Amino acid sequence: MRDLTRIAFFGGIYSNHYALQAALQIARAKGVDAIWALGDFGAFGPHPDRSIEILRGAEIPAIQGNYEESLSSGAEDCHCGYTDPRDNHYAQLSYDYTKANTKAEYRQWMGTLPTSARIELGNKRLRLCHGSPRRINEFLWKSNTSTPFVERMLRDEDADLIVCTHTGIHWDRLGPDGRGIVNVGALGRPANDGHTHVWFTILESGPAGLRVEHVPVEYDHRRLALEMADEGLPAEFIETIETGWWTTCLEILPAKERAAGRY
Amino acid sequence: MNLVQLERRPIGAYPQVPLVALDSVWFQVAGTLCNLECTHCFISSSPTNRSFEMMTEAEVAAHLEEARGLGVRAYYFTGGEPFLNKAMVPILARTLAQGPACVLTNGIPITARLAGELSRLSAGSEYSLELRISIDGYDAQSNDPIRGEGSFEKILLGVGRLAEVGLNPVITVTEACEGVASRAGRLKFLEVLRALGLSQPRLKILPLLRMGAEEKRLRPYQAHETLAGVELDRAAIDKLECGHARMVTKKGVYVCPILIDHPGARLAATLTESLVPFGLSYSACYTCHAEGLSCAT
Repeated sequence: MRDLTRIAFFGGIYSNHYALQAALQIARAKGVDAIWALGDFGAFGPHPDRSIEILRGAEIPAIQGNYEESLSSGAEDCHCGYTDPRDNHYAQLSYDYTKANTKAEYRQWMGTLPTSARIELGNKRLRLCHGSPRRINEFLWKSNTSTPFVERMLRDEDADLIVCTHTGIHWDRLGPDGRGIVNVGALGRPANDGHTHVWFTILESGPAGLRVEHVPVEYDHRRLALEMADEGLPAEFIETIETGWWTTCLEILPAKERAAGRY
Repeated sequence: MNLVQLERRPIGAYPQVPLVALDSVWFQVAGTLCNLECTHCFISSSPTNRSFEMMTEAEVAAHLEEARGLGVRAYYFTGGEPFLNKAMVPILARTLAQGPACVLTNGIPITARLAGELSRLSAGSEYSLELRISIDGYDAQSNDPIRGEGSFEKILLGVGRLAEVGLNPVITVTEACEGVASRAGRLKFLEVLRALGLSQPRLKILPLLRMGAEEKRLRPYQAHETLAGVELDRAAIDKLECGHARMVTKKGVYVCPILIDHPGARLAATLTESLVPFGLSYSACYTCHAEGLSCAT
């Protein structure tokens, strides 16, 4: 098997099967050697089985997010890690819908996925996780994740790069030696920036070192919004898809990320 | 799973919490000195309480350096009132160069000039500068008996000055504010904040710690409010500040921001030496576990 030089990473899909299809096409057109999914296939969006069928059909390797951990273990909530009552209210609506609409076979399959993975890209050892290497639902935001903390995680994990998602906003911070952290963002909903496109991330190893490309994905968001309405999903979730601004799950945001949004 | 093995112990003994990871370091940067004398303050801070003196910039800097080597994620500043410390702005500048910072303030010392300086500090760092402002009522009538005559209006001025420079503080309210923990109380408080012009109101509600001045205001802890004999699993430990943080004071490093009046909670002179397990034998530990108190933002 040849060495991997270019890998695409899909963060939270949140049942956005249209964005997932679009991202697959873009990643293939960009000639990636592999695609990994970092968990949270369901949440927010409609018809959760559709995203799972696409992932399984494309034989995309995947790790569990907190959604897969909760759905496969029969948990009563998503274990998203929110602390605010309003955020938890919407998180519960999202989870209850997803749980009720995910086939038992798929829930069982989620439980067979690993909770983390280690792969190599060039001379870099990548530690793939959903939230953080130590906790599936830890939020690693750019503005509250210090560089010394990242260095500690790399030491603890014996890795060069942490590749994570869970927050829904992509960012990266690499040192001069190419070691650091990449949050690959989310395919499921926009990055709270007033734009309707969503994001995945490509890591490429080349002669100049590691290159990080956060890739915007345009997709038929209006069609997704209509499907969400047909399924009776909350208007707040639909508004986010239509406007690019988060309307729920906001209290967990640090000051800088919160200030960048509308709500 | 990275399970924490707890030692076996006799029934009635207190659970031991290991320092799972040093994620947050707190600084009691203003000691116990405060411009207010709140009737529910669990360490009885006041304009005259000098049980803990203020920390100097050099003292904070030495601990920041140690914290950097230990891979600390975030920093918190408390007191007393942190902005009574004249070195607070340079201390924050130093901190924001290596991680996110959160200041727990009553908001009253925030002049237009200080708000401007904080705004510049925030804009100049890739890390978040959080301001947490304490209010204890929906209006002056409910707040002032706790935080002092005229304090409500003065706090709102501080909040307004931050809002004017684009800083959006987290408002913290203790359950001394009647009904605030209920859904209706929470919504009412959010309306108060929106009326102040905060378009993205951020609210954190805290249970009361029945010690210090609060012992006399309502009641002290009762005998049943103890963790004696309680087993804590990893999920419970993960929610406790003492499993993930330490508190630096003028007198050394304590297990958490709450227990500084208890000599047994002083662990060491340095952060490195303070990374030891701690027995939850204090009544305040009951509030953290049973009522889910988290000092973190």
